[in-house]
Amino acid sequence: MKKVAFLLFAIFLTFTFGAQADGHCSDEIGCVVLAPDDPVTIGVMSALSGPVAFLGEDSVGGVEIALNRRDGLVLGREIELITEDSLCSAEGGQTAAQKIASDDQILGVVGTSCSGAAASALPVISAAGMLMISPSNTSPALTNADMDAGGLWQPGYYRTAHNDEFQGAMAAEYALNELGAASAATIHDGDPYTDGLQAVMARTFGEMGGDVVFQGAVNKGDTDMTAILTEIATNPPDVLYFPIFEPEGNFVAAQSQNIPGLEDTILMGADGLLVASFPEATGEAAIGMYLSGPYLSSEDYSAFLAEWDEEFGGAPPSGFHAHAYDAANMLLDAIESVAVEQEDGSIVIGRQALRDAVSATEEHAGLTGVLTCNETGDCATGEALGMYLITEAEVKEGKWPPDVIWSKAEAAMDDM
Amino acid sequence: MATLSPPWRAVVRSGLIAGGVALYTALIGMLVAFDEREVVRNSFTLGQLLLIAPAVLVGWLTGRKSPQPDARLLLLRGFVSGVVSSLPLLALLLVSSVVNLRTVLINVDRDLVRLISFDNGVGLPGALMLAGSLGVAGLLGAFVHLIPARPRHALLTALAWMLGAGILGELVRQLLSQFLDRGALSWFLRRDTLKPEPAALIFVVVLLADLFWSWYRETRGQQGRNESHVLQYTRVGGLAILLLLLPLLVGSAISDVLTNIGLYILMGLGLNIAVGLAGLFDLGYVTNFAVGAYTMGVLTSTGILGIENKLGVTVFNFWLVLPVSLLVAMFTGFILALPVLRMRGDYLAIATLGFGEIIRLLALSDWLKPIIGGAQGILFIPAPNFLGVDLIGPQRLYYIILGACLLAIFVSSRLNNSRTGRQWMAIREDEDVASAMGINTARAKLLAFTISAATGGLAGAIFAAKLGTIFPTSFNLLVSVNVLSLIIIGGLGSLPGIIVGALFLVGLPELLREFDEFRLLLYGTLMVTMMLARPEGLWPSAVYRREVRRDGESAPLPVGEQQS
Amino acid sequence: MTQTRTVTRNRLFGIPLPAGRTGVDLVISALRIIIVALVVIGASSTLLEGRFTFEQWLALLFAGLAQGSIYALIALGYTLVYGILRMINFAHGDVFMAGAFTTVFLAKSLQQSGFLDSQPLLAILILMGFAALVSMTVAVLLERIAYRPLRNAPRLVPLITAIGASFFLQYTFRGLFGSGFKAYPTVAFLRGTIAVGPINIPVAQIFVFLSAIVLMFCLYWLVERTRIGKAMRSVSEDKEVATLMGVNVDLIIVFTFAIGGALAGAAGVINGFFRPQGVNFFMGFFPGIKAFTAAVLGGIGNIPGAMLGGMFLGVIEAIGPNLVLNGLGIPSANQLKDVIAFTMLVLVLIFRPQGILGERLSAEKA
Repeated sequence: MKKVAFLLFAIFLTFTFGAQADGHCSDEIGCVVLAPDDPVTIGVMSALSGPVAFLGEDSVGGVEIALNRRDGLVLGREIELITEDSLCSAEGGQTAAQKIASDDQILGVVGTSCSGAAASALPVISAAGMLMISPSNTSPALTNADMDAGGLWQPGYYRTAHNDEFQGAMAAEYALNELGAASAATIHDGDPYTDGLQAVMARTFGEMGGDVVFQGAVNKGDTDMTAILTEIATNPPDVLYFPIFEPEGNFVAAQSQNIPGLEDTILMGADGLLVASFPEATGEAAIGMYLSGPYLSSEDYSAFLAEWDEEFGGAPPSGFHAHAYDAANMLLDAIESVAVEQEDGSIVIGRQALRDAVSATEEHAGLTGVLTCNETGDCATGEALGMYLITEAEVKEGKWPPDVIWSKAEAAMDDM
Repeated sequence: MATLSPPWRAVVRSGLIAGGVALYTALIGMLVAFDEREVVRNSFTLGQLLLIAPAVLVGWLTGRKSPQPDARLLLLRGFVSGVVSSLPLLALLLVSSVVNLRTVLINVDRDLVRLISFDNGVGLPGALMLAGSLGVAGLLGAFVHLIPARPRHALLTALAWMLGAGILGELVRQLLSQFLDRGALSWFLRRDTLKPEPAALIFVVVLLADLFWSWYRETRGQQGRNESHVLQYTRVGGLAILLLLLPLLVGSAISDVLTNIGLYILMGLGLNIAVGLAGLFDLGYVTNFAVGAYTMGVLTSTGILGIENKLGVTVFNFWLVLPVSLLVAMFTGFILALPVLRMRGDYLAIATLGFGEIIRLLALSDWLKPIIGGAQGILFIPAPNFLGVDLIGPQRLYYIILGACLLAIFVSSRLNNSRTGRQWMAIREDEDVASAMGINTARAKLLAFTISAATGGLAGAIFAAKLGTIFPTSFNLLVSVNVLSLIIIGGLGSLPGIIVGALFLVGLPELLREFDEFRLLLYGTLMVTMMLARPEGLWPSAVYRREVRRDGESAPLPVGEQQS
Repeated sequence: MTQTRTVTRNRLFGIPLPAGRTGVDLVISALRIIIVALVVIGASSTLLEGRFTFEQWLALLFAGLAQGSIYALIALGYTLVYGILRMINFAHGDVFMAGAFTTVFLAKSLQQSGFLDSQPLLAILILMGFAALVSMTVAVLLERIAYRPLRNAPRLVPLITAIGASFFLQYTFRGLFGSGFKAYPTVAFLRGTIAVGPINIPVAQIFVFLSAIVLMFCLYWLVERTRIGKAMRSVSEDKEVATLMGVNVDLIIVFTFAIGGALAGAAGVINGFFRPQGVNFFMGFFPGIKAFTAAVLGGIGNIPGAMLGGMFLGVIEAIGPNLVLNGLGIPSANQLKDVIAFTMLVLVLIFRPQGILGERLSAEKA
């Protein structure tokens, strides 16, 4: 009995005080030391299971292509990719982050998929001295450092995804200025993402002089949208903005055709519906519908799509693969720039130095446009956003992706 | 078929069943997905293991059925059953060479063909290779019966340990990394994959240990069964120390899993009062969890109800709000119990399920958004602070949950043996009789619902502080279902059963985490097989075991007493 | 021991209550009054405000009936199994999914071959038959593997295997057909509307409603008028006695699962042509819960009850939020439609603990 207790106590002491101090490291929050044959380890946290598993599939694919293009090597070492399922929930994010944080070889993470998961993962990642670059968190709170205003930012957080503030505002601008809408209604589905997006859209639309006549919500799993659409039809808006996902978005679009009063209402969605199966499943109701989303049209992007098709078959399942690709490249570039090779062939990477290097990312030419990080980790500038129009070609002939008919970058250029 | 003698018919039939299982794992994509995961580095993958497992198993089963120890016949049967089990996959190879099945069955792709034909393609060599390999696998399965009992036990145990260590490589790494430095660790594992040398080492060590152990037991006999009090106290003391040091021993990632298990133990203890003791079929336990979490969230964060002092910090801290959460949950439990007191059985189940959904939808609603955050949830819930130390991270929160669990276990065990507890059990057995015996059933049921809600509220409050942010999506029907499942899988009405059930239903899915999309599939399969194998649960109370087995195969009681 | 029953007066906050009444009774009556008052206030203020036209109310009613028909068809499967085995087949929603999900591929190929457009009714019948076959197979396998060995176990044990089987089925079909959303093709004749009085009702809604009615009558006839129906009823009354009377209980139970499964599969195709989008492995979960609610609402174990419960639920969902919550000034009323549905459920069960058409008997030993 006493022996057991003593043994356990001894083990306890070993853990508590046996922490090693490394001679080479002068970084304030610690270093990662790679022995001569160690790989470079980076992580991915994304929704790999559950209803939005397609988001995870999309991001992981983007990261894998980024790695493939480097032949899986950085600093002449093999890149080891650790994937953790962060689901799309706060508890999933925290569990995944704990897993990542328990491995002190991991330099940084691409993830998470959902803002809700990031909110609980970020404190863990930040405290571990690591960094995370999200390809698809869009909540404004995550890059807001002002806690009193609801900001969640902590050191080590970056994203290549566009802040909701950009996309929501763009949708409002487009509806008001280009479509000439005077009134708008919005629908969300109880997801923090869609709720945030519609809130920004409605706010901007109102501020710019438009009239927001209705803000409502459906529930995930609903199939019958008659009730909410009839309510909207009592005061028909010029534009109906529903930045929600499949299949609820399909039901809203399809069933709006049968509601008297909504004949002249223009339908507008967001990147949640910017997936190949949407127009096909929704049918004629989708023709003439606008979708806001990331604007990817460069030649690089076509090459990327070809590579995706070869590697995984078909088209990417969602709209954030290019953001994940850029995130992985930013991380790997930063690793290359701060790594210090020792005489014994080992490599030392300072964690604060790595964060500084990512923060200093400037004019990174990515697939999603030119990326420059601000001090709270917003690296996308919102220029690489555009409005897509679904036409007969997408619905009947399976053309995908649809054409971008308007983008902020081009509109800005026209103004000049 | 008619010309086959019965044992051969059994061989063909079980072979076909095994083949069906193999075909199933192929079609749902499990084989290919698992093929990316090596069990032992550079040796064999989990997919290959899964491919031959049904054949081995069926070879072993057919061998077990044949009574006479005719070695050649035994092996032949094993071989034939293995070959038969390859037929469905052979058919798949054949069909996929003619038609492109992938337009419907997304997993029938080149990777699958490559795997099941052992890199030989859809032609004849691939087919022969598949049939031959599975035949040999079946033969190996049958061969197990020819090994003498003692070495057989040792061999199988050693194999199981080796495969277990390989499959649960991530767990092994988490545990070992607490004790070994990186150099030593890298001798064992490359990431989560076991290397061949340590795999062989595990095999040999377990083999020898098992042989030694069986030899030791045989020579020394079964002595020392009578346990002294000292030994018992030592055990309890050892367990206590182990519980206290556990988070330090297993590291933060596994501690995180432990805290989740702890929260479910808490909820299981609460629900056990309603379902296990009073027989109230509650499918909406998430209500209490949500109420506790939201009370903690709303009061300690900086929302409208979080009263701030001059420094901009909320006045309420974790410890102040913890009892409040508990009381609010009990109060909600009481209020919601009132309308459902008259309902029984499944009517009660659906009504409580409705309450759970109502709470979730209210939490999500734009209507209550100004108070409880709606879809955006509640952010900035502060971590508990104990004597100036912020209890952030699972290794520290573990102690709060451990304390709460011990308290709840203590209260539950006292309730179990109390007058109230017996009233509840009487209601569970027969409400009408209980009422006739003078028990105020309405009051007893109200009490059961109210007390049952307490630990749910407690678990919710700790959950909120643990995450720091809560969203309505965390409070869905699956929580209720999980809590109910764990108390039944553990063994209804049994306190140790709840702990075992929580370990199984919450801990195991975490171990299966790396199998992502197949996690819930394995989880469902496990629930079904566990209930089929042990309907009374893993660690049932004596009363419940008798009840379950009453009408079952053993039926120990004479007919007249069956209704007792 | 003889018990003399003394009339004890219950007290609420120290005040004696009328004989035979407990505090619980009072609270429940108060609850009833509050809920009914809220409904009346909400509804009347909505109607007085006049935001919705009469035509819109009618359109909502028909939409609700159509949605309710789907719930009802699934609810029939719950009710049949419950009537015979007194168990909740929690995986029944996934049996519905199995038929709907598998048949979507056949439906697409029928459309590509042009058969669906040339012979729409025949094609839909074929698809319904195919889906019924798939769902029936799944339901029968489910009974054989997950439920039969536990027939004598306590009621909660098969519930757990049912939950496990539900996960199993969902993720099996996800593995087979992928996680993306599929859609049924649309048929020309279902896209139109028919003018009924002041409004135009979509043909699809009428199609759903009529199909459900026809299927329910077939089932009712089967149970009430045929030999095997008689055997089913006898098994539901008392399994032992039924065995003594020469009824093959196992066979009847399998038959019940088969019928319930077939109805769910047919419902899957009907649903597919009514709401073509959103076909994936998870599509059975919410309809399953709604149908279960509907079955309980109508009185579980009762066939017309399941039908009535389903329709009631569908109509409440369609009309409730706009009628009641809008009037109470609650924003995003539509978000809370399930709150209304479940509150109505509790209200109905307070008035009639055995459901709308349930028999007293089932309440006593349920």
